[in-house]
Amino acid sequence: MLFYEEKDARETLKLRSLKKGEYHQDYPLYTVVRDNDKCIRCLACVRQCSYEATFYDPVRNVIYNKDEACVGCLRCVAICPTDAITVKRNDTKYRENENWREETIKAIKKQADFGAARLTGLGNDKGYKIYFDHMVLDASQVTNPSIDPLREPMELRTFLGRKPDSVKVEFRNGKLHLKEKIPPQLKLEVPVIFAPMSYGSINFNFQAALAIAAREAGTYFNTGEGGLHQKLREFGSNAIVQVASGRFGVDIDYLEAAAAVEIKIGQGAKPGIGGHLPGEKVTADISRTRMIPEGSDAISPAPHHDIYSIEDLRLLIYAIKEATRYTKPVSVKIAAVHNVAAIASGIARAGADIIVIDGFRGGTGAAPTIIRDHVGIPIELAIAQVDQRLRDEGIRNWVSLIAAGGIRSSADIVKIIALGADAVYIGTAAMVAVGCTLCQQCHRGICAWGITTNRPDLAKRINVDIAAEQLYNLLRGWAIEIREMLGLMGVNSIESLRGNRLKLRGVGLTQEELDVLGIKHAGLQ
Amino acid sequence: MSWNYVKDISNCGLFGVISKKKRLINGEIARRAIANMHDRGNGLGGGFAAYGIYPDYKDFYAFHIMYDSLKAIDETEEFLRDNLEVVHEEDIPTRETDKIKWSPYLKRYFVLPANNPKERELELLRGMDDDYIVRVVMIINDRIEGAYVFSSGKNMGAFKGVGFPEDLAEFYRLDEYDGYIWIAHNRFPTNTPGWWGGAHPFTLLDWAIVHNGEISSYGINRRYLEMFGYKLTLHTDTEVVAYLMDLIVRKHGLPFEIAAKIFAPPFWKDIDEMDEDEREAYTALRAVYGSAVLNGPFAILFAFHNGLMGLNDRVKLRPLVVGEKDDLVYMSSEEAGIREVEPDLDRVYAPPAGEPVLVFTEEEKD
Repeated sequence: MLFYEEKDARETLKLRSLKKGEYHQDYPLYTVVRDNDKCIRCLACVRQCSYEATFYDPVRNVIYNKDEACVGCLRCVAICPTDAITVKRNDTKYRENENWREETIKAIKKQADFGAARLTGLGNDKGYKIYFDHMVLDASQVTNPSIDPLREPMELRTFLGRKPDSVKVEFRNGKLHLKEKIPPQLKLEVPVIFAPMSYGSINFNFQAALAIAAREAGTYFNTGEGGLHQKLREFGSNAIVQVASGRFGVDIDYLEAAAAVEIKIGQGAKPGIGGHLPGEKVTADISRTRMIPEGSDAISPAPHHDIYSIEDLRLLIYAIKEATRYTKPVSVKIAAVHNVAAIASGIARAGADIIVIDGFRGGTGAAPTIIRDHVGIPIELAIAQVDQRLRDEGIRNWVSLIAAGGIRSSADIVKIIALGADAVYIGTAAMVAVGCTLCQQCHRGICAWGITTNRPDLAKRINVDIAAEQLYNLLRGWAIEIREMLGLMGVNSIESLRGNRLKLRGVGLTQEELDVLGIKHAGLQ
Repeated sequence: MSWNYVKDISNCGLFGVISKKKRLINGEIARRAIANMHDRGNGLGGGFAAYGIYPDYKDFYAFHIMYDSLKAIDETEEFLRDNLEVVHEEDIPTRETDKIKWSPYLKRYFVLPANNPKERELELLRGMDDDYIVRVVMIINDRIEGAYVFSSGKNMGAFKGVGFPEDLAEFYRLDEYDGYIWIAHNRFPTNTPGWWGGAHPFTLLDWAIVHNGEISSYGINRRYLEMFGYKLTLHTDTEVVAYLMDLIVRKHGLPFEIAAKIFAPPFWKDIDEMDEDEREAYTALRAVYGSAVLNGPFAILFAFHNGLMGLNDRVKLRPLVVGEKDDLVYMSSEEAGIREVEPDLDRVYAPPAGEPVLVFTEEEKD
């Protein structure tokens, strides 16, 4: 590493200034300010910065910054024992221009230097309207009493899977008896599932933490498309395993280990395109789990090469059902696109038990920035349309709906369930719970917080037990808040919220937006 | 648009009585009992339903229809002639009173499905009389402006309107009717447009419901029913109870006890304590019928040709008292309502939350 070399750091600085001259370089986004009175030269910041934005000159006993390398992840700030560091936005700005914004100019400069598609991580960060922030909830006053979750049961248990129109039950000797079993279901104690994040895009420690927290909280984690590590097979009953276009890690043991199987068609952050895990990230462990040679690129094609139509999808759904003897729900995950309602209807009719709709704010381990930021539609609108479409066709009960992509809080969960979702996926929120600061560098594989990296020295920054506790705490806290919101709305179980759009009102939305969401404007009874 | 409606909110008084031996009870009993709970209403709605009142026409569906205009009458009667066999029709007898100053046109018709209906969607339902009649009711209420079918069962009838129930009983001359089941309702709406059709009871075929409370799950109950083709026209949460009952009991063939367990399901913590067989059954019931749970405070009286069911929500946020005397079972919001007409009761009790009180007439218990 650069920081511990004994040579004079001035050499480095000289090299840097030479390099700067070669390109029409940009100004840095961030600047790291160190309070010299507070700094004790412990060098924790130097060791922790995986982006090499800071280095130490032992001759002068000075810590220098390379601001253009700083991504604003704040790892150094968090770790500094004397609170000596502040990371500021650089005051330097391009001349004000409403049309040519800073990020646009920076993008062009970067591409002019490197001639490639820009990559990024996480979800769409553009200023599109966030519909969650334009919907408010109802509360009970006088005519119906609110229910106090501290005094009364408040139920969040949710079942995902295909539901028949009716149930065949009878009383036998005064006890209710089920005459005909219903199709397999996933049982959730809290309507939140950890979103698909593959081993490879994240490291083992984080995935293990997700698995532990899912089991503790009575919910599920999704393996993503990177297979299920042998050491995590014991968490199979809390795992949804993915079958994606690369088919990594898929064999019968993988399917059988899981609680449910998910066919990944699309991802909200990058609808319509595939994925690519560079060979240098395919370590021995990842190669075993993905069932590909060590060091080889793991390429997920854009479409499944055996799915070019809805009838092909049906074949795969039933191939999986046959292989698992109809004991597990089969889920199909698609990105939210313009025609999402019709596509969802087709998927329901193709035999899926669960449909996951991933909105355009959904995160990713790596995606071209231009696609992440410009393709797809908001999850709020997509869920509203899918739910209504399935109801219009009388098949809403055939499938459960999971909303993904852009869920930030328990209020978002309550709102999307009121719009019609059965449960949600959280990916970004789960990462934030274990340290992520949304610096959007996941694609580089050197996450300073140890989340989206498989470099052993970085990955060990995630302590499995602590991370699992943080994830569990998040679900627990959200569950408490959801119970409070149910209670104030005067209902004591989540199924009375699901699809209950009367509990929502729009604020600052056009009539067209209200129609798409299927809600009334605030102020209307 | 299915979501663009106003939900009606009301709090109320209820009364019901059933004779297990099908002895006839005069309408005066129901009037006195509900009048004794006068303060539970505000004069903006009241109503009654009675069973066994049309013995001469007991094999015919008795349509009670209210009309806002003569045009609505013409339009409706043309539809009836085209699609139903009408054996008898007349104005519903009323009495002039000081208290009821206005009423819509009120008529009743005794009908059967026609052999050759004009309406295409009815043609497809020939041979399924109940489905046929339900569809007729839906069509009239949905399509004909100013016409509203408020009763459509055999040998039973609903009588309702805007006013205090005791005044409406006077207006409808209920002292001239004798029935073996009566239910009555005194309404305290908070935002009513004062529409006669919005009063309780709500009926479909021979089912009648009176309800005290607010169904906070209305938004989803309604959308769930719409998925099965029900058209909800009344902007009131009570309507969903009638249609849910129709779906679960008549269409899905589940008994009333199970319908009650769908409306007010046991808590998961209690289900988790059950033996495996029962746990599996309740789990399936809740998983499949989650959208049919009636959540929020309610006490409901649900009457049908051979029985009466009382039900509270699962945390009992509205009052319901049961009184028994010989073969008579009374259900009421307040004990005072029962004591007014039967001071000497064999037994009085308040049913627990979510536990249905189900009383059948003796000879017809199924």
